[in-house]
Amino acid sequence: MSTVLTRRPGLAKLRVRSGRSPLHLVCLGLVASVVLAALLAPWIAPHDPNAVDLGAALAGPSAEHPFGVDAAGRDTLSRLLLGARTSLLGPLGVVAFSTLAGVAIGTAAAWRGGWLDSLLSRATELVFAFPGMLLAVLVISVYGEGLLAPVVALGLAYLPYVSRLTRSLVLAERARPYVSAYRVQGHSALQICLRHILPNIAPVVLAQSTINFGYALMDLAGLSFLGLGVPPLTPDWGRMVFDGQTAVQHGYPLSAILPCLFVVLTVVAFNVVGERWADRVARRDR
Amino acid sequence: MPEPLLQAVDLRRSFGTVHAVDGVSFTLPEGGSLGIVGGSGSGKTTTARIVVGLEHADAGEVRVRGRARPSRARGREQRLARAREVQMVFQDPYLSLDPRTGVDQVLRETLRLHFPDRDPEPRIRELLDQVGLGTRAADALPRQLSGGQRQRVAIARALAVEPAVLVLDEAVAALDVSVQAQILNLLADIREQTPIGYLFITHDLGVVRCVTDEVIVMRHGSVVEAGATAEVLAAPQHPYTRLLLDSVPHPGWNPDRIAAARQELTSPLAQPTQHTGGRSEPT
Ligand SMILES: Nc1ncnc2c1ncn2[C@@H]1O[C@H](COP(=O)(O)OP(=O)(O)OP(=O)(O)O)[C@@H](O)[C@H]1O
Ligand SMILES: [Mg+2]
Repeated sequence: MSTVLTRRPGLAKLRVRSGRSPLHLVCLGLVASVVLAALLAPWIAPHDPNAVDLGAALAGPSAEHPFGVDAAGRDTLSRLLLGARTSLLGPLGVVAFSTLAGVAIGTAAAWRGGWLDSLLSRATELVFAFPGMLLAVLVISVYGEGLLAPVVALGLAYLPYVSRLTRSLVLAERARPYVSAYRVQGHSALQICLRHILPNIAPVVLAQSTINFGYALMDLAGLSFLGLGVPPLTPDWGRMVFDGQTAVQHGYPLSAILPCLFVVLTVVAFNVVGERWADRVARRDR
Repeated sequence: MPEPLLQAVDLRRSFGTVHAVDGVSFTLPEGGSLGIVGGSGSGKTTTARIVVGLEHADAGEVRVRGRARPSRARGREQRLARAREVQMVFQDPYLSLDPRTGVDQVLRETLRLHFPDRDPEPRIRELLDQVGLGTRAADALPRQLSGGQRQRVAIARALAVEPAVLVLDEAVAALDVSVQAQILNLLADIREQTPIGYLFITHDLGVVRCVTDEVIVMRHGSVVEAGATAEVLAAPQHPYTRLLLDSVPHPGWNPDRIAAARQELTSPLAQPTQHTGGRSEPT
């Protein structure tokens, strides 16, 4: 399959060679454990993430606080674990929205062609031209704090990547004779798309969405680092970096560095897993 | 006089400057079998696609039992009615089946669409039986089947609709010779059992001899000769038909003479009609 997934320049160098590469396995494990941590956070977190113990503020790692305590006296490990929830939920929303809407738009454009295709392509290019982060900042400034506004804004910003990919995949797929065969048989366009075309292109689209998940996580973390989006008390990795600035100034960087590390590792892991998935689909198709 | 089963009236279709189909007319009687032969690029596939409705004609019309087929189907009823008029078997059985859909599922989908009130299962067995596939093949995915088996599935899928006309576009060209013979026998059997009409497109004159009653010869998008298959093959009237016949390797075959004849035929003096810019002449 000649379709190329969209990746950002820096991360595109991270390529997994075929075969059972250790990097891929590590990344797969990382994705699994982050997801697991997010799911089980309330039960495995040792402390209430918002419980303030000012006496222990800025304490280093100890038996009670394995990753130390931040400037406000909150346990870093518990905040990291619960932060995984917000930090993964946001990108999940972005990816779900952009994938569903992008696939619908891309499929409609490719199948119908003509004016609908031009209209949708122009609209997509318009969104493309507008930086996603800027759009998010704009939406947040209008709608105020909360996770929904940045998720919708980034979902819109990521939509063109998915719809463009879907459009090219559907165009290639609909040229295949089996689609003509179904049309001759009297199946409706909708049925052919839903039952045959989408299942055939789904693996590639989902691989792109996996990669997008990492980017959305990075973008959302960036927004909450700027203090936008996630409300102040919510545990969130980006927000933790923001809150950790004072701790860094006091020479206790752990509470800021750890969430940073988690963001980077998770983004890389999703990228590698998605890319590897797309690779496998491409090889199977050949 | 009864209306013919299928009638094409002065079909025309051009792609840019290429006249792919240029005034093609033919008639297929009820239960008959009509062959369309011609070299590569002579417009056979385009004609077939116009007949089944995958391509629109610039001019002319296709009639089934005297009624013109609309160029676009509006609504479910019309779509299904159109499908029941004409079905098609494609050239390449490796591409004409969805790789993700199993054999029985392919048939079930079609039967559910066209006969929602009937239980599809007995009919699936019947169809598989009719095309000579065992029940073991029913659970298989296309990639687990051979080319011949896949083409049988494609034929069963077309028959499931119970069409009046079956268009076969080079339906055996992708298969090896012994499998070709099996499929041709199968098609002959089906014609004996059902009142179906065949529009059989091929470049292979041996195939035409086996399965068609009448034949038209196409060149550069137009019909150069038409008639009963036996007569056309025994006493070809048009030089192009003779060339096609001579091009089939046989004892005493002389490729040089054929090349010379082809030269003569393509020179502007001998052939004052339009040049299609199409692909090479038959070999
Ligand atoms: N979609 C299209 N766009 C442009 N040109 C086309 C298209 N389809 C067919 N043609 C042209 O129309 C002419 C007839 O093509 P067609 O496929 O009907 O020939 P054919 O007789 O089926 O040939 P073959 O035996 O190789 O299958 C060719 O010159 C071809 O290049
Ligand atoms: Mg053809």
